[in-house]
Amino acid sequence: MSSKDLILGRIRAALGDTAAPDVPRTYRRAGTQCADVERLVDRLVDYKAVVHRGSDVAGIVASLEPGRLVVPPGLDPAWLPPGMATVEDEHDADAVLTAATVAIAETGTIVLDGSPDQGRRVISLLPDLHICVVRPDQVVAAVPDAIARLDPRRPLTWISGPSATSDIELNRVEGVHGPRRLHVILTER
Amino acid sequence: MSTFLGMPTTAPRGVGHLRGDESFPDAARKALGNEQLRRNLAHATTTIRGKSGAVIAELPDWQELRSAGSALKAATMARLPELLERLEENVTAAGGVVHWAADATEANRIVTGLVEATGHRRVIKVKSMATQEIGLNEALEAAGIAPVETDLAELIVQLGHDKPSHILVPAIHRNRTEIRDIFLREMPGVDPALTDDPATLAAAARRYLRETFLSTKVAVSGANFAVAETGTLAVLESEGNGRMCLTLPDTLITVMGIEKVVPTWRDLEVFLQLLPRASTGERMNPYTSMWTGVTPGDGPQEFHLVLLDNGRTAVLADEVGRQALHCIRCSACLNVCPVYERTGGHAYGSVYPGPIGAVLSPQLTGVADNASLPYASSLCGACFDACPVKIDIPSILVHLRNEAPHPRTERIAMAAAAYTMDHPALYARAQHAAKLSRHARRLPRPLNGWTASRDLPQPPPETFRDWWAGR
Ligand code: SF4
Repeated sequence: MSSKDLILGRIRAALGDTAAPDVPRTYRRAGTQCADVERLVDRLVDYKAVVHRGSDVAGIVASLEPGRLVVPPGLDPAWLPPGMATVEDEHDADAVLTAATVAIAETGTIVLDGSPDQGRRVISLLPDLHICVVRPDQVVAAVPDAIARLDPRRPLTWISGPSATSDIELNRVEGVHGPRRLHVILTER
Repeated sequence: MSTFLGMPTTAPRGVGHLRGDESFPDAARKALGNEQLRRNLAHATTTIRGKSGAVIAELPDWQELRSAGSALKAATMARLPELLERLEENVTAAGGVVHWAADATEANRIVTGLVEATGHRRVIKVKSMATQEIGLNEALEAAGIAPVETDLAELIVQLGHDKPSHILVPAIHRNRTEIRDIFLREMPGVDPALTDDPATLAAAARRYLRETFLSTKVAVSGANFAVAETGTLAVLESEGNGRMCLTLPDTLITVMGIEKVVPTWRDLEVFLQLLPRASTGERMNPYTSMWTGVTPGDGPQEFHLVLLDNGRTAVLADEVGRQALHCIRCSACLNVCPVYERTGGHAYGSVYPGPIGAVLSPQLTGVADNASLPYASSLCGACFDACPVKIDIPSILVHLRNEAPHPRTERIAMAAAAYTMDHPALYARAQHAAKLSRHARRLPRPLNGWTASRDLPQPPPETFRDWWAGR
């Protein structure tokens, strides 16, 4: 008998004829609230992300003096400051510039899904500075709205502020293994 | 195996960390004398209760989310065989390999075998209760494989040759100065001028682990959730060590209790709201990684999922106790528990301390092996109120007490002791009396039954009452 059959047999014996209860979904479901960009900004800032607003992405990126920059293959080329060279290998990069898939206002969360303008997961992990561009139509109100938009078959990374830990006396301290600086550029369209 | 086919079975002895070396009252007596421990715990749990309360108050539908979470877990348990098979199908279809482990010994054998097959001798680990429960690190070390814990608190525990004392923050019993001292003593290449500033300590861990992340080819993780409908796994974390482990290596091995499955992708919308707010008191934890099997060209190209029973089916067989399997390991019940706050996590013996440990450990091992744990509570009900999936811990405790083979007098005394810890006036009186009667070696009622046959712990200079007043 395989361990699978053994475990499934044990579960069936344990359950007997237990019935599954109905699940009350009376919480705020997807589509029941408006996305509030101001709230997103407030929540991002509260968790120590830096927010920039405006559509001159390249200008904002240049002003951040990102150093050696790595970008995903499908990034909008207009976002790169003119003449700024990029590096191929994320191991050598000081900063990464990506797009996003969804941003959640209520929690101050940005989700990347590995699309060509966001790249492989590792490129947004190793550099110390992550610059992430979010369009207004990508902002949703709350977690259920994000779940409704996301494709679980893609590798997803949910990011809420820079890397942090609560492991020392349960206080949040920013800056452990992931990027220590998170800058979010909210464009106007 | 000494059981016949298909009977729910408790976790085997001699492997893993579900049983302590001494009973709860014995261990608790020692812990109660450790003032530093109580101060560290009081500080940390007060902080987290404040943060958690504030972000929970932001959600107008918190109670509705709790109800949905509770029902979702109950519905999942009722359909567990079907959901696990579905999960296996979907993980396999996405390029992963699913293994089934009836107990800790089998899980350790599977993981060790998988690591050996890669030819590598070191694995990076992201904090996982399941792998602590089964004693995976010891099994790997016995096979000549070095496990490196990458979670900051786990690293503090590993470097300090210590034991975890909290399910979320295993080094909660250490304050910043103690952590600095451990780093100075044990961390190769650490700056000798290291201060106890938390940001500086975090930076030291970052430097220390960076090269290990980049050069290790195999990772072992746990999982917070696994979606049957899609085969998607989710790990919630803070530091980015989880992302490193889940992204950089060639091979990823995830060990997960069978109760962690959720039916549908949409169900995560409930748990992703409940867990961070109840756990670290954040609107959302800094990082959550989700992956489905293998993604060509991105992340580990070999993925193994080990589904672990190790006593869970025995828990499931108890109609009252089975709700303990609904636990999403947020640790809120620890943070509000007056008994946990006085005794700390080590007193519970098992890797699962606090109120959830008091109901989960005895059920996983069989009550006989953790007979005093159901008494490690005052039944004050704070854990039930705090639990984001509404597990009725007090009712399970009472239920298990009826099964615990303890002499009646001791049972009453232990329950009274726990009750007293939760009642400042009583505790003050008891401690005061104990101080006055240091040589009498006996506590006043209702604690006298407990100490009748034991040595009285040395009362700490700062009494509970002083602590309570100065909080
Ligand atoms: S029992 Fe409830 S409160 Fe305690 S850790 Fe589990 S989910 Fe959290």
